[in-house]
Amino acid sequence: MPPDAPCPSTSRRRRVPSDGPFFIGLFVLAGIYVALILAFTGADVLYLFRYDSTTDGAAGGWRTLRTTLASPEIAGSIVLTLVTCSISAILSLFVAVPAGYLLSRVRFPGRRLADALLDIPILLPPLVVGLSLLILFNQIPLFEQTLEQWSAAAFSWLTVINPDLRPGVTFKVPAVILAQFSVAAAFAIRTMQTAFDEIHSRQEAVALTLGCNRAGAFWHVLLPQARRGILTAATLAWARALGEFGPILVFAGATRGRTEVLSTSVFLEINIGNLRGAVAVSLLMILLALALIAAVRIAGIPRDLETTGRRAGYA
Amino acid sequence: MLEIRDLTVRAGNFRLTGIHLEVPSGSCAALMGRTGCGKSTLLEAVCGLRPVERGHIRFQGRDLTRLRPGERGIGLLPQDCALFSALTVRDNLAFGPRIHHWPVSDIENAVETLASQLGITHLLDRKPQGLSGGEARRVGLGRALALRPGLLCLDEPLSGLDSETHSEILTLLQSIVRLHAITTLFVTHNPEEAHALASVTLRLSG
Repeated sequence: MPPDAPCPSTSRRRRVPSDGPFFIGLFVLAGIYVALILAFTGADVLYLFRYDSTTDGAAGGWRTLRTTLASPEIAGSIVLTLVTCSISAILSLFVAVPAGYLLSRVRFPGRRLADALLDIPILLPPLVVGLSLLILFNQIPLFEQTLEQWSAAAFSWLTVINPDLRPGVTFKVPAVILAQFSVAAAFAIRTMQTAFDEIHSRQEAVALTLGCNRAGAFWHVLLPQARRGILTAATLAWARALGEFGPILVFAGATRGRTEVLSTSVFLEINIGNLRGAVAVSLLMILLALALIAAVRIAGIPRDLETTGRRAGYA
Repeated sequence: MLEIRDLTVRAGNFRLTGIHLEVPSGSCAALMGRTGCGKSTLLEAVCGLRPVERGHIRFQGRDLTRLRPGERGIGLLPQDCALFSALTVRDNLAFGPRIHHWPVSDIENAVETLASQLGITHLLDRKPQGLSGGEARRVGLGRALALRPGLLCLDEPLSGLDSETHSEILTLLQSIVRLHAITTLFVTHNPEEAHALASVTLRLSG
């Protein structure tokens, strides 16, 4: 065969089809969902600022937004939301860091069961979480009294400070926090578990050879590296608490001005037929969620984590 | 002398049994063997990072078998260096001395001396991210030497380096081992590395 003749196998080789249709298909399918998200979030904005027939366009929309958010009920709801979500996020971190560490690093009896149990708050219908908390606190006796009665007795000293206070949990602010925490903590734990999984355990092993015990390696080596994971877990817990509605409705109630958080405000505004008010509160929640998404994106899971290797499995 | 007698170590489903070896004090021993035969597992057992099922590990007459890793006086350089990425190079070097509550002036002196010996003075205020493979080995070696250990364990310290860095780090290891007269146990696949660095070659079969 002459040297410049095409190789027979090359000349018969089929032309490789373009990657274009593959990527177009992916973009179309993914784009449908992105479009849905943009549509339902944009719908609130369009309704309030353009299509609400009872107001005069954008100016009316702004006026509705201002008056709704400035009303004493909604203003109180915003404050209670910020306070309860923050407390829930902090409480979630208190359990997420140790639980995430144990699940990521320690092989203990019942680990698989504990791992499965942590999915329950994520997978259960939210209403069921609320109902279960309600039953736990009010129907199950513990040493002849219910948890509600125990908690009321434990915090009875609060009435000395303020006689109008009614200590207890159910249908009160602590129920809002507990309902938010019950679900948010599970998300925070999973985030911390992933963050710890991403950090190679060889670094702790080296710390052990340098004189640390397990606790020292945790504090001096693991925790500083997991700081962005901690921030992400706190942010996700906060966001989850913000969106919680079902458990709060059942366990804390939706009492105007008492256990009203933003999610219940939307519900209450719809109930009294004030759709504009509900949309205005919804927009505020969307803005808060977007701010949180931005915070998570900025904080992110640390780039400096060693993502190339999983745990080395040191004993 | 490092003495290992009838050692059995388990790592998950893998079991290393009947290990005997001796490394004279101040000498450098290369631990060789095929991939997966348990070289790194043995090194980890010596460092106290794997529980020993049976047998003894003695160094300078002291039984290390049941001691915790930090009580053994061993410096470890893992294969990937495992530098503390949240800390600067300076803090990586100072980590051991700080844990042992050395006086601040002693820590500063130790860090400066090590950095100078290892040629990493210009890196002291940098974080480990972005260090080259050779620089990371130097920092990891400095951290392992900071507490002046009696025994240095190196897990494939020259793997994955380009030829120029490889010869630089090899020369550095030779000088460090001689300078500190430190008993060294290092894992390698490369007979040339073993020949260049070690006075004793141990083969692990399995």
